[in-house]
Amino acid sequence: MSEEMNPELVREPPMEHPMAPYLRMERIPHVWCPGCGIGTVVQCYATALEKAGCDLDKVSVVSGIGCSGRAAGYMKLDGFHATHGRAIPFATGLKLGRPELLVTVISGDGDLVGIGGNHFIHAARRNIDLMVILINNFIYGMTGGQNAPTTPLTAKTSTMPFGNFEPPFNLPHLAASSGASYVARWTALHIRRLTWAIEEAIDRKGFRLIEVIAPCPTLYSRLNKLGTGLSGMRFYHDNAEIRHGADTREVDIDFQSSIVCGKFVDDEKPTFNELMDKHYGTILGDRYKPMPPEGGMIHAG
Amino acid sequence: MKADPTGVLTGAHYLDGDYACGEGAMAAGCRFVAGYPITPSTEVVERIARRFPTIGGTFIQMEDELASMAAVVGASWTGTKSMTVTSGPGFSLMMENIGLAAMMETPCVVVDVQRGGPSTGLPTMVGQSDVMQARWGSHGDYEVIVLCPQSPQEAFDLTIEAFNLSEIYRVPVLLLLDECVGHMTEKVVIPEAQEISVEPRRLTSKPPEEFEPYRLNGKPVPEFARAGDGYRFHTTGLTHDERGYPVMSVECQETCVRRLVDKIRDNADEIVRFEEHDTEDAEVVVVAFGITARVARLAVETARQRGIRVGFLRLIALWPFPEKRIHELAGSVGSFLVVEINYGQMVLEVERCAAGRARVSGLFHGGGGVHDPEAIVEAIVEAAS
Ligand SMILES: Cc1ncc(C[n+]2csc(CCOP(=O)(O)OP(=O)(O)O)c2C)c(N)n1
Ligand code: SF4
Ligand SMILES: [Mg+2]
Repeated sequence: MSEEMNPELVREPPMEHPMAPYLRMERIPHVWCPGCGIGTVVQCYATALEKAGCDLDKVSVVSGIGCSGRAAGYMKLDGFHATHGRAIPFATGLKLGRPELLVTVISGDGDLVGIGGNHFIHAARRNIDLMVILINNFIYGMTGGQNAPTTPLTAKTSTMPFGNFEPPFNLPHLAASSGASYVARWTALHIRRLTWAIEEAIDRKGFRLIEVIAPCPTLYSRLNKLGTGLSGMRFYHDNAEIRHGADTREVDIDFQSSIVCGKFVDDEKPTFNELMDKHYGTILGDRYKPMPPEGGMIHAG
Repeated sequence: MKADPTGVLTGAHYLDGDYACGEGAMAAGCRFVAGYPITPSTEVVERIARRFPTIGGTFIQMEDELASMAAVVGASWTGTKSMTVTSGPGFSLMMENIGLAAMMETPCVVVDVQRGGPSTGLPTMVGQSDVMQARWGSHGDYEVIVLCPQSPQEAFDLTIEAFNLSEIYRVPVLLLLDECVGHMTEKVVIPEAQEISVEPRRLTSKPPEEFEPYRLNGKPVPEFARAGDGYRFHTTGLTHDERGYPVMSVECQETCVRRLVDKIRDNADEIVRFEEHDTEDAEVVVVAFGITARVARLAVETARQRGIRVGFLRLIALWPFPEKRIHELAGSVGSFLVVEINYGQMVLEVERCAAGRARVSGLFHGGGGVHDPEAIVEAIVEAAS
């Protein structure tokens, strides 16, 4: 008797994928390559929303453009796929237009700190109440593996065929020194820790950055001959060095060397909205009329 | 629907066009403004920054115009009426996200107080050279509505109109002031709130299970769901189907983009706005808009007094363009004279619509000042001969 005929071994399939309430199952299969780290991040985000017990009706997710930028499209939430680099200002509009929303940005390194770098530092400076999950695959994936502002020195990209000579950003340090209230870094292989970090960040307020180092087997690993399959991916896990509270000045990433992970910043400080309310409240007293939590829609029909 | 009285500063005021525009926005129900300072537009947001904290609105000075426009699109998805304000260089930076607003069908208003260009040009001096950029500035095919006031009073009135049209058609509506209209101070009468009509955000009445963000329901524009109301919808700047999901196909491109274009083209008769004087017996019709309309009007009156059968057509909406009316007039008049502060932009549209049935000439000025009325009179005389 073949295995699938054995009634002992046949189990009822689950009625629904466990992540079905969080994902747009009708859009699966997704666009990402096998072994890509982006899907894992989406899964961790969904699990964190579940664990944190969020009211999903009040969660908005915004992405820019890129492979990572497709993340918003698979979440069964109010989802916005904005222009390249502008996910943070788009999300800022959502948050200020309806302050009660929990607004998450999920996008790529090129999107958020290449073309969108100016918005990243200013949103951190203002401590806008946004959770930013930045998927750093060291490369511009969607467009075919060009150099990114995160590409480690000497790594090969399609526009640095002889190896990158531009120093990359140290993103936790950039965020922390710009004013972010929460900064953590994990890799896409740290499923439990990443999920936990997202869950914790949901509970915090202000500008929160979670940088996720993710494998891009199709481009980054192939161009740099890092091996595809499991070995290429394991690298990210095996070379992680967990150092909670590390000085962010010391968490640069060099080519194929250790990746410092952990929670680096967790400061409670007032958000843009809190500062605004306090300031206008002091100056204007009763005359101050803040936008209500449910937003500034005063004419609806 | 009548305006909410909170934002309406009823009374007779002396305001410049920029302030009047800010007041119009607040009267229309705008409660989110993002902007980046640029002459000669900044007074609009300065007015709003001062008044918003007492009327429940949020103003944020963003890091640049790319951010300002993106924030406006985001905020509008919460149902909050949203606006940004700029001038030439900033207008250029906004173009990509104006296209996003068009593609996502996001109601919003963009004010461009025009100065002389190109590039940094004449920051403090008048120009009217953004009129084609307003229509065609973002990539791809789409339609927008562009209104063009000639006075502070009209800046107030047309700002309300801009918000209303953006709600009805779910498009970005662009309001093109020019430095002169923005900076001139005149009497502006702001009516009682109950005398001001405003268009509400047209929210869907469907339950979330039945709702699809881009499915039509007997109207040319889909119903709206705002973020945070449990609809859990998706929207994208990619070509998309009725569910708002990306579909990369020739067929989907045809339905998606065709509708963006048709919702304005098919309703152009409703949207087109212009005024006409003395065209019944005219041999020459002068066409102008914004501050130039006021100068040209004077010249037209002078020429009439000198016995020339000259009429006048003022464009109030630049886009959609009154193509039917121009075509009609082309059958009865000898020629059109288009007067504008640029080197020949709207004149191209008049030529297109006249389609060879009447002569078309232009009197152009590179910017920095308005036309000399006497030069317009001379051009009228020439056009009539
Ligand atoms: C204004 C603009 N410039 C360029 C592009 C082309 N583009 C699309 S995605 C992308 C890079 C994305 O890189 P990243 O954010 O790192 O995402 P990844 O694909 O690596 O996940 C670029 C340059 C674009 N869509 N828009
Ligand atoms: S190209 Fe790289 S980043 Fe993009 S989906 Fe494939 S593996 Fe992922
Ligand atoms: Mg990338």
